[in-house]
Amino acid sequence: MALTNEHIKERLQQQFGEQVSEWEEHYGLLTFKAPAEMNLKVMQFLYDDEELRFRFLTDLTGIHYPNRASEELCVVYHLHNMIDNIRLRMKIYVPVSKPDVFTATQLYAGANWMERETYDFFGIQFIGHPNLKRILNVDEMDYFPMRKEYPLEDSTRIDKDDEMFGRGEL
Amino acid sequence: MSESLTRHHIKLREDSLEKETTTLNLGPTHPATHGVFQNILEIDGERVLEATPTIGYIHRAFEKIAERRPLYQITPLTDRLNYCSSPINNMGWHMTVEKLLGLKMPKRVDYLRVIIMELSRIADHLVCNSVIGVDTGALTGFVYVFQYRERIYEIFEEVCGSRLTTNIGRIGGLERNFTPAAWEKLDAFLRDFPAALREFETLLNRNRIFMERTIGAGPIDAERALNYSFTGPNLRAAGVDYDVRVQQPYSSYQDFDFDIPVGTTGDAYDRYQVRDMEMWESVKIIRQALEKLKDLDPSVYHADAPEFYLPPKTDVYTKMEALIWHFKIVMGETEIPPGEVYHSVEGANGELGFYLISDGGRSPYRLHFRRPCFIYYQAFPEMIKGGLLSDAIIAMSSLNLIAGELDA
Repeated sequence: MALTNEHIKERLQQQFGEQVSEWEEHYGLLTFKAPAEMNLKVMQFLYDDEELRFRFLTDLTGIHYPNRASEELCVVYHLHNMIDNIRLRMKIYVPVSKPDVFTATQLYAGANWMERETYDFFGIQFIGHPNLKRILNVDEMDYFPMRKEYPLEDSTRIDKDDEMFGRGEL
Repeated sequence: MSESLTRHHIKLREDSLEKETTTLNLGPTHPATHGVFQNILEIDGERVLEATPTIGYIHRAFEKIAERRPLYQITPLTDRLNYCSSPINNMGWHMTVEKLLGLKMPKRVDYLRVIIMELSRIADHLVCNSVIGVDTGALTGFVYVFQYRERIYEIFEEVCGSRLTTNIGRIGGLERNFTPAAWEKLDAFLRDFPAALREFETLLNRNRIFMERTIGAGPIDAERALNYSFTGPNLRAAGVDYDVRVQQPYSSYQDFDFDIPVGTTGDAYDRYQVRDMEMWESVKIIRQALEKLKDLDPSVYHADAPEFYLPPKTDVYTKMEALIWHFKIVMGETEIPPGEVYHSVEGANGELGFYLISDGGRSPYRLHFRRPCFIYYQAFPEMIKGGLLSDAIIAMSSLNLIAGELDA
């Protein structure tokens, strides 16, 4: 029998009880929240279980929600069971003051750069990562640019000095 | 491998301060790397002991820029990911938004998109395969097949007006129907291309020098490839038949009958072969799409969704509704539902995913591109370790690294 979202949910609730929460199904993709310190345990369970077999890490990324008190930063894992062809999304939340998350590199070699990228842009500290340094930005950068406190310039602003761009009056 | 790694060619005096290996800076601009890639190699003679890739030279912060743009203005950003096959990126993005909005495309739009996407897959694979030829010393094939890439670009030009960074299609369909000239060019391409590809194959497929250079260069086995989250031709060359077009069909790919070629060893030769076979499959798909299109109303090229699909410019100047919709779409005043959507398409390099989070505003709250290049390039040091320096070059070109996709 093919694996269904309901069954995955049931198995995870059986194993972790109330610790896995915020179940959602966006466009058919089962989504849940796990406690930050449990991320490896849940992923290991999903990996090892002979029925669930989520052994492919499709994507790993971060999101910043400045309004969610003490869980401002979110790490999203997209997992894929290629045998039953079903996807799963796991989210964990950490406070921006102490953004510590266990690394998934032991489980998935591919998580290495994805975590470096997430660190680079959101400042999430992946504990146990073999080489956690910036990957796309320059090493000297002292902030995490994808956080919401660094908005892009308003494209409608009018206070710009055109002279600096060679368009103004001389 | 272990023996070659321990055997050092340079013998030094006991008290020497020199080291026995050589550090070689390959890139960021190097004629053999086809793009801005830097690798700091530790080599012993010709053997690569260690490689440290540095990336980010053309990082343009697309994900950040996208947080301030209305959805339709993000299409040109996707052009610049894998710029060898921009239409696939464009359409992947459009389909992501359509999934969020709950739009359903007419069959004809799906098939037209399939034709364009398969053409760009051919263009992309042509570049990759002919460049492997160039890196092994065979320039002829490269110059020869580029004529056909040019003809694909001419078709794109007929369909959307531009060639490389296409910005092709719109959210809700294509911005215009295929012109008669586009159909003619497509027919001519389908007539001439198979013979050219066969001739190209005779140059390389059983070429002694080419085989010697590519077989065993930069191999990766299926288990490691999966662990490294490989997708696309590079994963299939290792023997895993994962293809998004089949596993999660989009744009009516389920209506088509085609094979997924797989390799066994995951080395440069298998990657070359998989891409080669895929071009034949793409031709097959385009032919089927042309057949299917015969039964459909030839005037349909977009969905009936005036609130999201930009109206034709002539209507904007003459009709009130069109003017209103045009204004609303351009000013980003359309109602975007809040939600989270992950949509992926089979890009020329693998699973190209779009993770879009909308909070109901005019631009995405967060947009993340799952770029296949970025993910599989991290396996590069492992793939070339213990091999020759010249194999590393072949491994890199056979992975089809595109700097734009790597750095986003």
